Formats: sequence, structure tokens, C-alpha cells
Amino acid sequence: MLKVKVAILGSGNIGTDLLLKLLRSPLLEPAIVAGVDETSAGLRLARDKGVRTSARGIIDILAAEEIAIVFDASGARAHLSHAPLLEKAGKVAIDLTPAAVGPYVIPCINLQEHLDKPNVNLITCGAQATVPMVWAVSQTAKVRYVEIISTISSRSAGLGTRQNIDEFTQTTARALELLGGAEHGKAIIILNPAEPPITMSNTIFALVEEADAAAIRASVQSMVGKIQSYVPGYRLKHPPEVDGDKVTIQIQVEGAGDYLPRYAGNLDIMTSAAVAAGEAFARRPILQEGATR
Amino acid sequence: MSVEKTIKIRVVDTTLRDGSHSISHQYTAQQVREVARGLDEAGVEIIEITHGDGLGGSSIQYGFARESDEAKLKAAAGVVTRSKIAVLLLPGIGTREDLRMACACGVKVARIATHVTEANISEQHITLAKQMGLEVLCFLMMAHMADIPTMVEQARLMESYGADGVYVVDSAGAMLPDEVCQRVGALAENLKVQVGYHAHNNLGLAIGNSLAALKGGATLLDGSLRGMGAGAGNAMTEALVAVLHKLGYETGIDLYKLMDVGEQVVRPLMTRQPEIDNAALMLGYAGVYSSFLLHTFRAAEKYQLDPRDILIELGRRRTVGGQEDSILDVAAELAELPQHGAVVDSEKPGNRQTGNRLQKDSQAL
Repeated sequence: MLKVKVAILGSGNIGTDLLLKLLRSPLLEPAIVAGVDETSAGLRLARDKGVRTSARGIIDILAAEEIAIVFDASGARAHLSHAPLLEKAGKVAIDLTPAAVGPYVIPCINLQEHLDKPNVNLITCGAQATVPMVWAVSQTAKVRYVEIISTISSRSAGLGTRQNIDEFTQTTARALELLGGAEHGKAIIILNPAEPPITMSNTIFALVEEADAAAIRASVQSMVGKIQSYVPGYRLKHPPEVDGDKVTIQIQVEGAGDYLPRYAGNLDIMTSAAVAAGEAFARRPILQEGATR
Repeated sequence: MSVEKTIKIRVVDTTLRDGSHSISHQYTAQQVREVARGLDEAGVEIIEITHGDGLGGSSIQYGFARESDEAKLKAAAGVVTRSKIAVLLLPGIGTREDLRMACACGVKVARIATHVTEANISEQHITLAKQMGLEVLCFLMMAHMADIPTMVEQARLMESYGADGVYVVDSAGAMLPDEVCQRVGALAENLKVQVGYHAHNNLGLAIGNSLAALKGGATLLDGSLRGMGAGAGNAMTEALVAVLHKLGYETGIDLYKLMDVGEQVVRPLMTRQPEIDNAALMLGYAGVYSSFLLHTFRAAEKYQLDPRDILIELGRRRTVGGQEDSILDVAAELAELPQHGAVVDSEKPGNRQTGNRLQKDSQAL
């Protein structure tokens, strides 16, 4: 397969961590990193890695015909204006912001259904970490109610997340229902300022009908394997526990430590999911044809 | 202690919020109505009502409430004549949608609570509450975990978002009187808005610390009838008001009526008298969130552990309010430790010791 040329919009922590991951991808070639500040650490690092940079936002990306996929790690408001421009330019948008212009996507659940879409959204870190567990349980039993608690280190929670914390809980809860298959979902987020910073932890409580403990454990285990294929630091803390109709799953997400520290599994799972999504798009024949040019 | 006789102290009663921890959030609408009516007749200015973990707290994580927040707020709103109803909201658990519901039920005061270092997650909730015309009193929870300059900086953020008051909240009941006085004093000195203090009795200091808060300049104090509340409970409202009156402060509360609600309405509904048992004492000693207490008892029973070992480990991990799921995690990990005499991670013998853990029953797993 040929490498498909991609661009990153946003040169902050997420964009920069994504760049380091893309540089390892056998299917994607980061061709442009665009930000708004020529002197930013992210753009400097991109230049050091020999990647073209731009401080003019989306402009140079739109002009670069060879770019087939654009990862947007700028911000929700910015993405609302980027999305139509990217679609018009015929570029696939993989949206890491909460803008949710395109459908919610989790690589190990529903990515294949959306490879014909111009824009896909990666929801929230809490959803990337917990919805697959709910999906795994709902393959074996009807999930009446699910509740997830994501605990992240204070250092890994940016101002955007903090000022929009309701959007995190509400969007994650919606994804638990839409993608996870739960009848009703609830999400809780806790920020913990302990030093050294804690690694992202998630607890999933599900109330199910006719729980088959062995089937649930097997389904969860198989899903953990799928997630580990693109998020190596994803692990179960304890075997899933089934107590009557209540299922408890506790997981930890450790990052790869590319640009962001390892404890920030919440950020790593977003950039890892973005790479997985990008690679799936890149395998499509239509993008492979473009890549020959 | 010198007393300025003219100062009015605003007492907030949280029997129907923090107190709900003591009965695992099982208040009925009828009980809420009776307690609220009694507090209203006694002249308590502010009555806080929600799940113990605030709006939206009803969950597997914190325990499902018997009645929804909405049903309880409506029940109380139907009987109060003078008292203002307050709700608690912890951003990350409750949302602005919950706040709008509460406002529609007739709530007049929003108490918005964050961990002492995380004030900037409260901006959207404070802004909305102010827009809806509510008085906003903010909580800096687990205040003992941050140094004073950090706490002041966080309180200033809340003030900048529009808070009408900021509380030093001793969620773990871990503070000693001098510290309370210093922390409250630091806020009183650096804020233009009112300063409050919320006690837990885990070290037996709830009333004493409330007095230390007065000395530091607090004008808002929290109490709970019969001392109901998470951990060993809150400052007992009846005792707090009696002490305030003895000191010559104004509260606007009729002490006899207040005592009667405590003894005749609240005591009969209590299933458990908050007391400083070993585990509650350990909350204060190790600085652990008081709401963890009953969850810790359940986990200890399930895994055949000493609750104190779980609490000490939770303290060591610097857990914060809301992390009840970490109790399960810690208990499961402690239970997985080999029994005495078994081969323990021999290269790092001190690493996983967390106290004098009782022998576990491995079949509990």
C-alpha cells in the first residue's frame, strides 16, 4: 500500500502528539502541520522532523491538492468553519474536537460504516475508553443502564475541557447509548490533582438483563484485544465482575508517551483513535489511487 | 475569643443533602416535606436538598436515591414559607440541565462545589445560576489538600465567575482548629464576598472548628440536624445554633423549634447515628472524603478487609471527592495481595504494605 498524505490542523499538545504517531504510520504521511503561531513549540517540532509547517491555519492545507485526509485538533468552534471548507476541497476530515459535525466514530466499533463519510468525529476521550466496553457487554446481554466514571489527572485536562465539562458528560452519555447500545447512559468525570499525576482510570457499571458472566468476560476480553491493537496501553485492572445484574469493569489507559506524558491516556486514546481512523480511510481504493500521484 | 455581638451568622442546614449520606440517600418525599417544614418554622434561612453528591448524584457510583432530586425539591417547595431552598451541584456529576430543573422547582440558592484545586470547572454553572437570579455559594472541597495561596487563588476564580460566597469545605473532617481559622481568615482577607465553613466531625471537631471559622471571619456555617452527614456527620445544627446564641450571635433561628425538629422528626427516620467509629476517625486522620465511609464498609465486607486499610490506601493515593469507584479498585487490589507467609513481591517488601490488613478470605473473590 502507498502512503496517503495527511495534514494536521492545530499545533498544540494533541496535534503534536498526533504528529509523532503519524510519523510511525505505514499508511499515512504527515505532509503539513498548520497552526496559528510560527514560533509555537508544536510547529518548531514539526519543522525539526522535516514536516512542512504553516502558521496560516487551514489556508495552506486547502491549497495542497495532495492532502487527502485532515486531522482537526484545533477547537470545536474552529472546526465548525473548517468542516465545510474541507468537504468542498474533497478532503476527509477526522475531527478530534467536540464539534461533532460528522457521525460519532470509535475505531473498534463502527468505523467501517462511516468510511464513505466526508467527516467523522471522535467524540470524547471518555467515550473512546468506555463505549467499547459497553458495546462488548451489549453483545451478550441487554444493557438497561450504564454509568461510566472517567478519572483523569488535572494536568491532562485543558482549559477547553474544563470550561465545557457539561459537554463532556452529556456527549459521552449519548455515545454510551448510540454506540454502546445501552438503553440509558450516564457519564461522570473526575479531575484528580495528585502528584505524580494519576493515569487515566475508567469504571463502567452496567445493569443488564440475564447476565451470562462467562459470555460477558469473553466479549470484554476480546474487545480489550481490539483496542490494544491501536492503544497499546489499554488494560483491564481486574477481570470484569458480574454480580447479579450488575457488571463492573475497571480499566486503565496509559499513553504511549510520544509527546504527552504516559499518564495522559485520555489524550493518547484520542490521538491513537485518530491514527486508526486515518489508516482505515487510507486503505480505501479511492485514496490509494490518489496516493499514486 | 472576642465576640462582635451584632454579627448575623447565616446557618445553612444540610440535613436533606449531606445528611442523606447517613441513610444512603433513602429520604422519602414525605420525610423531606416534614423536615423542611420544621426547619422553615424554626427560621432556618437556607435548607439544602439534593442527593448527597448533589444534583445528578443518584447513580451506582454514589448510590441510587429513593426519590429524584426533582421530587424532593418540589416536596419541600410546597411547604416552605420563609426558608430558601438550596441545591448542591458538583460539575462533572451534575449539569446545567439539572440546575435549570432545580430553578424551575423554586430553588433560590445554588451551591457549586469543586475540588479545592479545580475551581475553573465551575464557570459555566456559576454563570448560569447567576443568570437565573440564584444566590451562588461555592464550595472548595477537600480544602486541607491544597496550600493556602492555592486555595485563595481558586476562591478568587469562583468570585470572578460571580460567586456570592466561598466556603472552606473540610470534606474529610481532617482539619484542626488553627488551620480552619487560618484558611477561613485567608479567604476573608482576600475576597470581597462572604466566606463559609462546612465541617465534618471525623476528629470530633465539627463544632469547635466552626467556632474557629467564626474567629477567622466566616459568616456562613453549615450544620445538619442530629449531626447527620457523611463520615461521622456534620456539625449538629442544634448544637451549633445553641453555641452561637450563647456567644451572642444572631441566627434568626428559634432554638427550641429547631431542637424539636431534630428530636421528633429527624431522629425517628435515622437508621444509623453518625458516630466517630474507627473508620470515621480514620477518614479524618488520613484525610479521606467523608462520603467514602459507607461505600468502604461495603467493600470491606465483600473482600473481608479492615476498612481502615482501605481508607489509609485511599488517602495515600490522594483520592478526591467523587472517586467512590477507587474504593472497589483498592479493595480488589488489597484482596489480591498474598496472605501472610505467602511469597510477596520480595524485592520491594515495603511497596505494597498498607497497614495491618486483616487476613483476607480469598474465596470472597
